[in-house]
Amino acid sequence: MTLQMDLSHHQGDFHLQVVADLPAGVTGVFGPSGAGKSTLLEIVAGLRRPKQARITLDGKVLCDTAAGRWMPPHRRGIGYVFQDSRLFPHLSVTENLNFGRRHGRAPAHPSTCAEVIELLGLARLLDRSPGSLSGGERQRVAIARALLSAPRLLLLDEPCASLDLPRREELLGYLAAVCATSSVPMLYVSHSLPEIARLAHHLLLVENGQATACGPIHELLGRVDLPGLSRSDEAGTVLLVRSIGTAEAGLCSYEHAAGVLRLPGPLVPAGQKIRLLVKARDVSLAVGEPGQLSIRNRLAATVMEVGPPHAGLCEVLLDAGGDRLLTRVTMATVGELSLQSGRRVTALIKSASLGH
Amino acid sequence: MTIFTPDELTTIQLSLKVSAWATLVSLPPGIAVAWVLARREFPGKWLLDVLIHLPLVMPPVVTGYLLLMAFGRQGPLGIWLETTLGFTFAFNWTGAALACGIMGFPLLVRSVRLSIESVDRGLEQAANTLGANPAWVVVRVTLPLALPGILAGAVLCFAKALGEFGATITFVSNIPGLTQTLPGAIYNSIQLPEGEAAALRLTGVAIALSMGALLVSEWLTRRLRKREGQAR
Repeated sequence: MTLQMDLSHHQGDFHLQVVADLPAGVTGVFGPSGAGKSTLLEIVAGLRRPKQARITLDGKVLCDTAAGRWMPPHRRGIGYVFQDSRLFPHLSVTENLNFGRRHGRAPAHPSTCAEVIELLGLARLLDRSPGSLSGGERQRVAIARALLSAPRLLLLDEPCASLDLPRREELLGYLAAVCATSSVPMLYVSHSLPEIARLAHHLLLVENGQATACGPIHELLGRVDLPGLSRSDEAGTVLLVRSIGTAEAGLCSYEHAAGVLRLPGPLVPAGQKIRLLVKARDVSLAVGEPGQLSIRNRLAATVMEVGPPHAGLCEVLLDAGGDRLLTRVTMATVGELSLQSGRRVTALIKSASLGH
Repeated sequence: MTIFTPDELTTIQLSLKVSAWATLVSLPPGIAVAWVLARREFPGKWLLDVLIHLPLVMPPVVTGYLLLMAFGRQGPLGIWLETTLGFTFAFNWTGAALACGIMGFPLLVRSVRLSIESVDRGLEQAANTLGANPAWVVVRVTLPLALPGILAGAVLCFAKALGEFGATITFVSNIPGLTQTLPGAIYNSIQLPEGEAAALRLTGVAIALSMGALLVSEWLTRRLRKREGQAR
């Protein structure tokens, strides 16, 4: 799948401009609230008509204002999971799930249906009415309903936003399972970077109605020249680590080319790989071998780039065993440790700040 | 049923028949017009709105007279219907049903329109993204959710038809057994020297029918609300 967009849309004072080619897989659409992420999804789905746009999906034209072409939403085969789930209140859960199967382009195969119900844990809920479900359950039904309409592309608009923290974690677990097993390409909108880092492979950065960057997520996360990303509170980089399969005092050990990481959490079988979002603000730097410290995770690293200063802080990009690692330090630190490209340092990461 | 004379029974039957047909035939176009008014923007929408509401604000006699001019034996539409289909509204129960239907139409449309406007458009969009075309969205989502308002509108229309007097009497006159509905019969009875007992009996029937319709609609609406209450 490739989704090609070249669009320009005005709405009052707001101006949305996006030029992007998105590949298959899961693409996170990240940006602050009000940046235009939802508007972008609505335009892709055909729920909103852009002023000027050419959008193609797998070479098929969805919308081309210059040529006067417009495909109505029900013919696009694009599933949509809304923030507020939008289950049909007069239909049961089963009828909601079947709605998309009946009207969708290619009705989902019965085995697919059973798989999706299993994947999202809906077996107990089938006879219930949407009003009796909790927020998390409703979102799971909405996701299953969209998947069962056999979409060519699935759009998810902050599906976790309306949930409290424990429910959000639970739904994210289900979403990760969906992303891992489903071959349906997805656009996942969120203003939470950890959420996107966990689910997506690709990232589209939207700020103030402008698409400011688009590319593989690990590349974009490891850049110091994208203020919308690197200066955000949750900025960080993803480390791919491999479980050693041992736990000690509640901390599991993971292997990385630059050192061993110990972090809290359930024991993961040896050899299994996990993606770890390390927040820039949780990484400290030391030059030489630090002495006695409470920080247990130490990775040998080399400074790749020192970012532009902002409000007394700046981001420093490290190469840690071939992976990019972003840290945020004060300008004073940069001077004292004479941080510059090529400088060898030790990156210190507090175990307590790590979770996956 | 011995308290009613055969003529009175005929009148009650005719009244029910006229009101039921007026309501049933008004429903499909009423829902269609209500949907258009609720969900579509187009030039001249205000004119459609005004035309629909005219019978509500005009004197009923005027509506009846306009019907007579259009659909009467001498009216252009009346002549066309009679020559092409061999059908006439003049001086039979179908004419009474037409008059009653037109008088009840604005009430029906108002109620249905309000309930369609209150249906969350987000749900219609969701149905769209699931592959349902606009017609299916109306049938599977909009109308089921607007059902309480549709029922309420139908009951209003039925009640209005039961009580319709001015337009009916002007259009198809007040012929016992043919076009005489309850209000016409009550009016006639009052004019007769010994008719008060009959007028009272028919008044009782009119009150019972109206209240019955209201109760049925309340009950249905409450049942639907309950079902949706679970759903919210």
